[in-house]
Amino acid sequence: MAGSKEIRTKIKSVENTRKITKAMEMVAASKMRRAQERMRAARPYAEKIRNVAAHLSHAHSEYKHPFLLARDTVKTVGLIVITSDKGLCGGLNTNVLRLAISNMKSWEAEGKSVLVSALGNKGLGFMNRVGGNIKSHITGLGDAPQMEKLIGPIKVMLDAYVAGEIDALYISYTRFINTMKQEAVSEQLLPLSGEQLGAAEGHWDYIYEPDAKLVIDDLLTRYVESMVYSSVSENIASEQSARMVAMKAASDNAKTVIGELKLVYNKARQAAITKEISEIVGGAAAVA
Amino acid sequence: MAMTIHVDVVSAETSIFSGLAEFVVAPATLGEVGIFPRHAPLLSRIKPGALRIKLPDEAEEVLIFVSGGLLEVQPNVITVLADTAIRGQDLDEAKALEAKQAAEAAMKDKSSEVDYARAQAELMEALAQLQTIQKLKKKTH
Repeated sequence: MAGSKEIRTKIKSVENTRKITKAMEMVAASKMRRAQERMRAARPYAEKIRNVAAHLSHAHSEYKHPFLLARDTVKTVGLIVITSDKGLCGGLNTNVLRLAISNMKSWEAEGKSVLVSALGNKGLGFMNRVGGNIKSHITGLGDAPQMEKLIGPIKVMLDAYVAGEIDALYISYTRFINTMKQEAVSEQLLPLSGEQLGAAEGHWDYIYEPDAKLVIDDLLTRYVESMVYSSVSENIASEQSARMVAMKAASDNAKTVIGELKLVYNKARQAAITKEISEIVGGAAAVA
Repeated sequence: MAMTIHVDVVSAETSIFSGLAEFVVAPATLGEVGIFPRHAPLLSRIKPGALRIKLPDEAEEVLIFVSGGLLEVQPNVITVLADTAIRGQDLDEAKALEAKQAAEAAMKDKSSEVDYARAQAELMEALAQLQTIQKLKKKTH
């Protein structure tokens, strides 16, 4: 039985691979559900803070925050790239990084330099390789993103904006559309545009405590943070569903391979039996 | 029936409270503010502390711990944008104490590179959590 042992080992190894991909598929499916719930849970805050920011941008205040003022010339662009920490999730990171790099190229073609903030391991590694100017980064966000961890890297970019080191801030991440479809998108965070905030429902002249500047600073910082946070939570939901789909495809492939290998194995086995019988018959005929 | 005002308490990670209230007390930076319906529009920072919400037709007050954030008051709506707000009952007293001790130790240890302001903020938060727990305990006993 030439080769049958090798085929058996091969089948065994593909079966083991399939077990792993199947398990990863199921883990990703359950994590995806939780990630989607978290995504939904973050929505009320984002809506509320957008409303308040909209009121504020229409309120008559003597103080205009730098986030609300567009600059005439844009010399340097800040870019926050959100990727996953782990691989094995199909083309998710490749797509978002491809979008980021094409944006960076077009900015550089216009003579603008780019500062990068990488949220997630894959983006950090990629930006390091292509020689991006990384200003801040965070990895190991886990399945449940925490605002606490994001504040640091976001603050670095916001401070750079206020200090005039960057004149615009963009964010690239993977938007979750549904389980089968995710889309790499790039959005402008700063300066905040009026239409982004939407129209206010009424006019309020607020009493500010302790004073207008401090409150507006706080509010707009939190507004940007909440936008980044919701992008991160969408990215995680996208990651899990992309991983689930990729692992399902891998499990299906493994199944086909196992089927083919079994066929080869059976053929080899039958050939061996036939050969053995013909040898016996041939031997008996020679003796008789 | 008494006049009511709609109250929303949300944090970045989740929605904590949404409903009608008769009266709300919030820990604003310049001192606690009590808000009745039809209050003048107000936008204020809040510091770590307890948010008290008096529900209509109920003696019990809802107590929510907030570790800072923003408060927006419109005549008919109050929005609390909490930085991290967990239900008062969920507070882990041991954790708060531990955080307080760690922060105090960090403050005493001047040779370390710990940011003094951050340590102080942590201490304030831990103290506020403890206060909320004590308030809750008084109510239950």
